[in-house]
Amino acid sequence: MTMAAPLPRRREANVWAVIGRTFLLAFLICLGVVVIYPLLWMALNGFKNNAQIFGDPFALPDGWSWENYVQAWNQGVRDYVTTSVLVTLASAACTVLVSAWTAFGLTRTRMPAKPLVVGFVLGGLMLSPTVAVIPLVRMMQALGLYNTEWALIILYTAFRIPFTTFLIRAYMLDLPGDLDEAATMDGASEGQRFWRIALPLCRPIIVSCVILHVLFAWNEYLFAMIFTSGADVQTLPVGLTSIMAKHGTNYAEVFAAMTISALPIVIVFFAAQRYFIRGLAEGIGK
Amino acid sequence: MTPMTAAGPDRIGSGATIHGAAGRRMPRHGLRARLRDLLSFRWAAAALIFIGWFVYYPIVDNFVVSTTEEDIFTGEVTHVGLANYGRLLHDPVVWTSLWNNLLYAVISVVFQVFGAFLLAAIIEGLREERWRRFWRAIYFVPSAISITVTGLLFYFIYQPDIGLLDAALTRLGLDQLARPWLGDEGTAIYAIIAMSQWQGFGYSTLLFAIAIQKIPRELYDAAVIDGAGPLRRLWNITFPLTREMTGLMVIVTVTGAFQVFNEVMVMTAGGPNNSSQVLGTWLYQQGFIENNFGYGAAIAAVIFLVTLVTGAAQLWYTRRRRVRL
Repeated sequence: MTMAAPLPRRREANVWAVIGRTFLLAFLICLGVVVIYPLLWMALNGFKNNAQIFGDPFALPDGWSWENYVQAWNQGVRDYVTTSVLVTLASAACTVLVSAWTAFGLTRTRMPAKPLVVGFVLGGLMLSPTVAVIPLVRMMQALGLYNTEWALIILYTAFRIPFTTFLIRAYMLDLPGDLDEAATMDGASEGQRFWRIALPLCRPIIVSCVILHVLFAWNEYLFAMIFTSGADVQTLPVGLTSIMAKHGTNYAEVFAAMTISALPIVIVFFAAQRYFIRGLAEGIGK
Repeated sequence: MTPMTAAGPDRIGSGATIHGAAGRRMPRHGLRARLRDLLSFRWAAAALIFIGWFVYYPIVDNFVVSTTEEDIFTGEVTHVGLANYGRLLHDPVVWTSLWNNLLYAVISVVFQVFGAFLLAAIIEGLREERWRRFWRAIYFVPSAISITVTGLLFYFIYQPDIGLLDAALTRLGLDQLARPWLGDEGTAIYAIIAMSQWQGFGYSTLLFAIAIQKIPRELYDAAVIDGAGPLRRLWNITFPLTREMTGLMVIVTVTGAFQVFNEVMVMTAGGPNNSSQVLGTWLYQQGFIENNFGYGAAIAAVIFLVTLVTGAAQLWYTRRRRVRL
């Protein structure tokens, strides 16, 4: 479309264009191999035993036994997955609900001082978790939430509200106002207008927001590492490093555990690509 | 007509039109109406509490903590003023970290902004939509995966005994290049940065692809008729029309480079001999391993200042170019 925008078919075949296109295609393929091969290697190593792993790294596994995968699953990965699912879904629900309320208030009500609220919420985009982490540890200890799933749910929600609010607000601004206007005429309350009109109309962006949040929360490491220490409340990313520390010598099992934790999110991405890209397109730049 | 000026900078008040109609029925200037308006704050209350309590307050508190020192054994807190900041200046690891963050920023801008831009242009130049979609998706896969997984994966790839990299170099007859990449003070940070490019370039390629798709096709058609070759079109159409995106990506990438933590933590934890330390991991080391909360908070303050500058740059840039923030 751009570099090689379809040329009007000319009779005289342009040799250089063909060479150029072949070269670019070769480049795309090589880059694709560099991207995909390490991931394939990771999954394949999960089928090997330690002796094979120390052998030729390019060799295929001797057999296709799921033993390492089963073992990894039973030796902790199951618990980490449970925690990850819980934390991810709970924080996604909180984040999206709170953000949708805020976006509604900012676009569909006569709330005073809107620019100030917008500035306050979006200003949060610029503050990074790294900077807040030392005070947050003491705060969570004081609240008695340290080393609980709640710490992660609360923090994931708080730090993702600015971005999510920004996405939903932008979407609500572009929605036509007629339905809202009609509902107000009919005496609908703000609450009714939110639940019955705004929220259903925003479904596409809500789905995008949920997916972006899932991607974030499933993979988050800094907070998860600092705020949880017990195996029963660790999420997958932290759990993986624990497995690595515990069974570090049994490489095959570590590879299997890594593959198990990568797979769900890759599937989510491919299944929900459309929504995901919409979310990115709306929220470009963050 | 550029992609991101679609929404004007100030759409905040657009809700007012909706209520114009309602306003005729019930006059809006009485005290009761004011109170009713105030009640609308409840929609934002939860967000304001969450953000105020868990995002803004800790940042303020961080500055307070940074002027104190806590005795690990007695728990006694003493106020030391700016002593922790003075210590920063004389800490060689802080300078190593700053340098590494800077390296991170520069290399990431090269690959994840300019490299990704070129790659997106190549992909969007393909004729068939299904191939464009295919490549975008393939390159994006590492970005969907947790940085812990990719970090561990590359930790293994860089190992001399079981890793792919040294094995591949040996196969290619480049044995003399093979080394323990993460165990070598000279290469550790570069190995980590390389992993980070591998993971991140697909994400920015996708963003650039979205920006390129918004360029009107007619511009290219007209350029073809005028006899402009692919490189001319790239330089005279694609590049200028995605410049907002490029500018924004530079700022976002630099900001990210100064907040980097995960991949360094997973792959080397700052070693060997602090050679791959970045500000984020040094903060962790000081604050949580060595229990120097005050000093850790001072390092956090440095990160805050750097990101404040880049954040302000972003704000200024989006305002000036009227990009939707």
